[in-house]
This record gives sequence, C-alpha cells and structure tokens, in this order.
Amino acid sequence: MKRKEFLRKGLMGTSMFVATTALGEITKNDIDELKELDVVGFNHIPNTDSTVASNTVLHKADTRGHANHGWLESHQTFSFANYYNPERMHFGVLRVLNDDRVDPAKGFGTHPHDNMEIISIPLEGDLEHKDSMGNASIIKHGDIQVMSAGTGIFHSEYNKNSDKEVRFLQIWLFPNKKNVTPRYGQLTLDVNDRHNKWQQILSPNEGDAGVWIHQDAWFHLSKFDKDFETTYQLKKKGNGVYAFLIKGDATIENITMNQRDGLGIWDTDKITIKANTQDAEILLMEVPMTMV
Amino acid sequence: MKKVQILYIGRHAEILATVVRLLNQNEQWQGIGALTDEEAITLFNNNNFDIILLGSGIEEEYEKSLCSFFRKEKPGIIIIQHYGGGSGLLASEIAQALYVHHKAAIS
Repeated sequence: MKRKEFLRKGLMGTSMFVATTALGEITKNDIDELKELDVVGFNHIPNTDSTVASNTVLHKADTRGHANHGWLESHQTFSFANYYNPERMHFGVLRVLNDDRVDPAKGFGTHPHDNMEIISIPLEGDLEHKDSMGNASIIKHGDIQVMSAGTGIFHSEYNKNSDKEVRFLQIWLFPNKKNVTPRYGQLTLDVNDRHNKWQQILSPNEGDAGVWIHQDAWFHLSKFDKDFETTYQLKKKGNGVYAFLIKGDATIENITMNQRDGLGIWDTDKITIKANTQDAEILLMEVPMTMV
Repeated sequence: MKKVQILYIGRHAEILATVVRLLNQNEQWQGIGALTDEEAITLFNNNNFDIILLGSGIEEEYEKSLCSFFRKEKPGIIIIQHYGGGSGLLASEIAQALYVHHKAAIS
C-alpha cells in the first residue's frame, strides 16, 4: 500500500473532538458536532526539511497543521486531531502547541482529558473555563491557566465574549508522573514584567514564579525592543528549549525567525536571542527531551 | 477491508466510554474497552486485537503484568500509551503506531 493511502486509511473518518456529559449550558457548540475534515499531513502541506543543524529543528509557521471548523481555527505545530505528520509528533515532552482562534460565544464543549499537563495562554480576548472539579473562571490576556489532567478531568472552554474573538495558545506536555490527582490553577501575570527580560510563567516548583506542573519544565515570556539582545540559560542539564515567536521577528542562535515560527534546540546550555522588530514577543519552553 | 481491532484499557469509566466511542467513529477501526484487568484478559482471549491502548489509572505493576501477558500470548501485538483522554491525540497515536509497525514490516 502506498504511504499516502496507508495514512489516509488509518485516519479517514476520525472525528477527534468529543463532548460527553454536559457541564455547561452555554451556547451549544459541542465539539462532537464538528464536521470531519480531510487529513492534513506531510503529503498535503509543504514541509521542507526542518532540521537546520544537528541539534536544531525549525518549524516555519506555514508548515504547521491547519484546521478550520468555522467557529474554530487552529494552527498545530505538532500532530493533533486531523493533522498527522510522523516528523512532527513532539519536541521532547512538548506534545501539543496549538495556536487557536475561537469565534465569539463559541467554544469547546465539555470533554475529557487524562495524563497530560495542559497549559493555556490567552493572547487576545477572554476564555470561560468550567471543569468537573467545580472550577468556573475567566482567563484573559495576561493570564496563564494550567490543568494537570492526571486520572481524569472534564472541562469546557468558551469564548466569554459575544462580540470579539478569542485567541490563545494551547500547550500540552507529557507529565513526569502518571495518574496524579487532577488539579486546576490560573494566575494573572504582570505583563510589564517581561519588557526586555524573561518573565518566568511556569516551573516544576510550587511556590516558584508562575504556575507549576508535573514536569521539569520552565516557560518564560518576553517582549523585546528592536535590536535588544540577550541569552537564556537552561535550568536543567539535558533539557531542550523550544522558542515560539508570538509576535514580530527575531534571530535565535543565528537563525532568523518570523511571527509564529517555532525553533527547537537541544544539546546546549544556553541560547542567544536578538529581536529584529519592536515589541517582539517570544515564548520559551524549556522541556525534558526524554520521558522519565 | 479488515478493521483495525483495538482494545482500550482504562480505569475511568466516562473516559473509557468516550475513547471507545471515538474509536468506533472511524470506519477503519473497531474498538472495545475494559475497565479491569480481568475484563481485558477475557476480551483479549476472545478476540484478535491489533492494538492495545493503555489509558489512565492503571497502576504500574498491573500495567507491566498486562503487557507481559499480551506479548507472551501475541508477540506481534502493538501496545501503546494513550495520553490526553481521547480528545486530540488518539488518531495520531494510532496512525504513528501503525506507521512504525508498517515500516518495520516492510524493512
């Protein structure tokens, strides 16, 4: 069987999203009702060789998976839902990096998760969160949300506003410990605290800056002036770092990056970054390169 | 064409129901779930599964024991961890497992 046919037969007809028992009474938009999309994979979109050095992988923004369900538009750095590319499965324990846009008053109906550390970072607009642990809250730009799904959790995420879109990053990391007690957390960050410096927004340590997760990972956000140059020192030996350019252009380890590009680097203890545009926003995700 | 036969094992009943429903939405797959090791072994003995999906809540020692049993009974069986609870990763986990298996088979 040809490779394309093999992949297609393996995936066609899959509706990845799910909604089960109702938590919310919000606008009916259960993700079970999503129209099935054609498989998007490495045979369908341009994927030039992304290995730019023996310890570096570059994922240009336009090579990401793309799904448009109308109310939801998602760009996926790694294989997710209908997007499958065997060369884009993960970067170390970083398994999902979705760049999502959700229409006003629409969203993800109640659906389950387990054994995953799930982080959401709103870029514009407000998300309304409800979960099976009784949490109900709003997260907005400047906030960070974390869920340790562990033995199992159900949640919904809706665009709170009926007049504007919400855009957010949805990030999943494999946990360093399976079957933990589910946990939810969110934090409002001071966005001024990342001007020309790294603002830690996530760590493995409860009590450290930002939220914490069950993984030896550290996330930082920054907003740099044009031509500002700095370094990032990795926290843990053996970890790699994945840089995602939220806004603007930058050069990282002599590699030019544009908006929404991603660059993964490993076998290093330090990286250098230079902003090429004003207010360049970068998310740095330091993660273990292997599972425990 | 023969459907890919999949056994999902997990301790969370609602997630199990969700994953099995998702599996059976794909016309190329046929899925069934087991909450306990006893159910899993009975189902395994009475069916010819291609893939075992290990979900959440299975204690490490039971997981090792199950995997050891499955591999002894059917050496070619594909056993993979399912992460995330059904929404998002299921298709790529199965596709990747089949892809790797297919590559190994033709090499």
